[in-house]
This record gives sequence, structure tokens and C-alpha cells, in this order.
Amino acid sequence: MMVDLSAIAATVPYLLQGLWFTLQITIVGVTGGIVFGSLLAVARLSQNRLISTLATAYVNLMRSIPLILVIFWVFFLVPWAIGWVTRSGRPVAVGASLTIFVTFVLFEAAYYAEIVRAGFRSISPGQYSACDALGLSKFHAYIYILFPQAIRAVLPILLTQTIVLFQDTSLVYVISATDLLGAATKIAQRHGRLVEMYLTVGVIYFLICYAASQLVKQLQRRLAFGVR
Amino acid sequence: MSLLFEPTPDGAGRYLDWILSGLGWTLFLALGAWTIALVVGTLIGVARTLPNGILPRLARAYVETFRNIPLLVQMFFWYFVLPELLPLRIGMAIKQMDPPWGSFVPALICLGLFTAARIAEQVRAGLQALPRGQIQAASALGFARSSMYRLILLPQAFRIILPTLTNEFMTIFKNTSVALTIGLVELTATAREINENTFRTFEAFGVVTVVYLAIALVAWQIMYRIERAAQLPSLVSGKSRP
Repeated sequence: MMVDLSAIAATVPYLLQGLWFTLQITIVGVTGGIVFGSLLAVARLSQNRLISTLATAYVNLMRSIPLILVIFWVFFLVPWAIGWVTRSGRPVAVGASLTIFVTFVLFEAAYYAEIVRAGFRSISPGQYSACDALGLSKFHAYIYILFPQAIRAVLPILLTQTIVLFQDTSLVYVISATDLLGAATKIAQRHGRLVEMYLTVGVIYFLICYAASQLVKQLQRRLAFGVR
Repeated sequence: MSLLFEPTPDGAGRYLDWILSGLGWTLFLALGAWTIALVVGTLIGVARTLPNGILPRLARAYVETFRNIPLLVQMFFWYFVLPELLPLRIGMAIKQMDPPWGSFVPALICLGLFTAARIAEQVRAGLQALPRGQIQAASALGFARSSMYRLILLPQAFRIILPTLTNEFMTIFKNTSVALTIGLVELTATAREINENTFRTFEAFGVVTVVYLAIALVAWQIMYRIERAAQLPSLVSGKSRP
């Protein structure tokens, strides 16, 4: 079968629109995921048994079920939750993008939490004692002393997880959202160009992820050098 | 949870039967793909550590390709694209496979080869973590390369990477859910079907969530036992000895 290049060229603007949504999900997922994930990591290290148990349970639950199932859960739950909060008594319809943003923050936070926790554990105990000795509050100790060191220690892993997140965004296909893959699918179905469209998005994903992973590798080398 | 014991609309059984069938396909797909992934992943991982020739480069290309394209896109490649690229007769034969095999076989190949790339990286890391003396000693004792890998290097490398393999093994069960996009009615697809038939969202998704939790627990237990059984006294550091 011949691959028709002109069929691809005409679809570029629509594909770019899809790619932009893919990037939006990634950006929201990374920012929200790292913030919420860091809170979870701190909660897991908390002296308070209830807080640490709840955080552990949340992380383990999220890490045990597939992302697609979480997307379905949020897709059905968010309208209920909003209806309940606004006391309208019935589910309120929300757009697919809000559902997706919420899903990725909730889901990826569990994975970021484990990475940040590993970062906290790599800091020497003396740092914690020194914070206490200097009379820093828990909040200040985390913000100024512990968190920056923890993030630095696990930066390459955080970035690798972000590449995984970028690939995971393709799963929003299951609720018919128009991300990069969704855009390609819609074009493919309209024009009967399945082969060209799927090969094209495959190449686009590959180029972005390969470039990103090479950058992470370089960073890793530089960080390793800095430690010595 | 009364939902499980209510009859399905087709009258053939109860919703519990649907869940069990979905669970069966999830487990079958995960374990089948895991077998492929272990075999292919080990071969590619070994190829990456060979000193020279074309093999290490081919192995690297394999790993980079399969790791940098989303699983869902790969799933579509095996299901939609490959039959079109193959000669007409073979392509038609693939498309005319009876359901669920028409989606199961592409999903099996896809998930197996996808996971193989990830296992290959771990095998390579395990092999490279071994002291060079192991290779030198094995060569000095006259081992051929194949028996050196089989008898000396791989047994040690696998012990090193068992913890990360545990992670990978638990991931493959979750990744089977991607097969629903090409029409395999596994566990997550079952939840969606029950929801569409009954509109009892909480129960349908709740049951399946609990089943996934149980799978994760069992998978972790299995790997934990393997880790314990494979432990060698000489490789255990003094602290972590039970």
C-alpha cells in the first residue's frame, strides 16, 4: 500500500491543535502532580499516624489501578461532585478537558509522591536535625532546606516520569478527547487514512520523547559530575 | 454489591460472570505478554551488552523505538496498520480472525514487545552492575560466550534486578486495560459495559477497582516469594538478612 504524503500535509493544523492539547495536559499534570505529590510525600512522612496512613493508602490505591479506569471514575464522578458541592441535587455536566486535567493531577501525583519521597529519604538525617536546632518551623524547613535538596536528588527520575506522563496523555482517547492521537483518529476515520495518520503520530511521539530522554540523559551526566 | 448477582440483559448469566470473564482475559493477556516480554527482553538486554558488531546497535534501536512511542499508539499499529502493510492475503487472514482473538492476538504481541523493551533495559543495567572480574574469570575458565551469559552473568543479573522486575510485573496487569481500545473486553471494559447496562456506576467501577487491588496484591506476593527464594547468602548484605 502506498503512503500518501499529501493526505498528511493538509491535516497538519488540526494535528497541531491536538498536540497543543496533549502539551496542555502534560503541563497541568506535571505542575499539579508535583505539587499534590509533594504534599502526599510530606504527609507520608508525617508523625501523625492518621495522615500518613491516609496518604499511603491513596498512593497505593492509585498505583494499583490502570489510568484508563481512573479516567472513567473521574469522568463519572466529577459531575456528581460538582452537583453536590453546588447543592443542585443532580450531576452537573462538565467539559472533557476539566475531567482530563483533574484525572492527570490525581493520578500522576501518586507517582510523583513516591519519587519525591525517595528524594526526602536520600537527604542525610543531619539536615532534619539541623533544621530543628535552628528553630525552623516544619513549613520553612521543608520549603527552604529539605524540598530543594530532595528535588535535586531525584530530578532525572522526575523528568523521566514526565516523559511517561506525556505518553500517557494518549489514553484520553477512551473518552474521545481531541489530543494528538484523538485528532489523528478523527482525521483517519473521516478520510479513511488510518495507516498514514497512525504512522505520522507514532513518528511525532517518538521524536518528542526521544529528544526529551536524550536531554534527561545529558542532565543526569552533568548532575553526577556536579556531585563529584 | 447486589449488582453482581443480578441477571445480565442477554439472560445468559449474572453480572458476576461478566466480571470473571473480564478478569480471565486480563490475566491471560498479562501472563502471556509477560512470557513474551521476559524471553525477548532478556535476549535484547544481552545483545545490548555485547562488545561490538551490529547487534548492540539493533538492540538499542529496538529499545528506543518501543519506549518512546505510547502503548496505545503501538496497539493501534498492530491492530489497524500492520494488516494493511502486509501482503493482501495475510492481512485479510488477520482481519478475519474470530473475536476475541482478532483483538487478543495483536494486544498480546503489542504488550509483550512493549514490555520487552523495558525489561531489556533492566537486564542491561543488571549485567552492567556486575563486577568486570566475573567476565574475566569466566573467560579465563574457558567459558564460551553463550554459556558465560547463561551460567554466570544472567543468574546474578536477574537477582540484582528482581525488585525492579516486580514493578514491571505489576505494571503489565494495569497495561492490559489499553487493549479495550481495540475491542478486547477485559476487566475495565467489563466495568464500562455493566455501567452502560445498569447505570450503577459506583458498584460497577467499585467492584473492578477492588479486583485490580487484589491482582496487585497477589502479583506483589508472588514476586516477593520469588525474591526470597532466589536470595543467595553471599549476595545478601548483612543488614537486610531476615
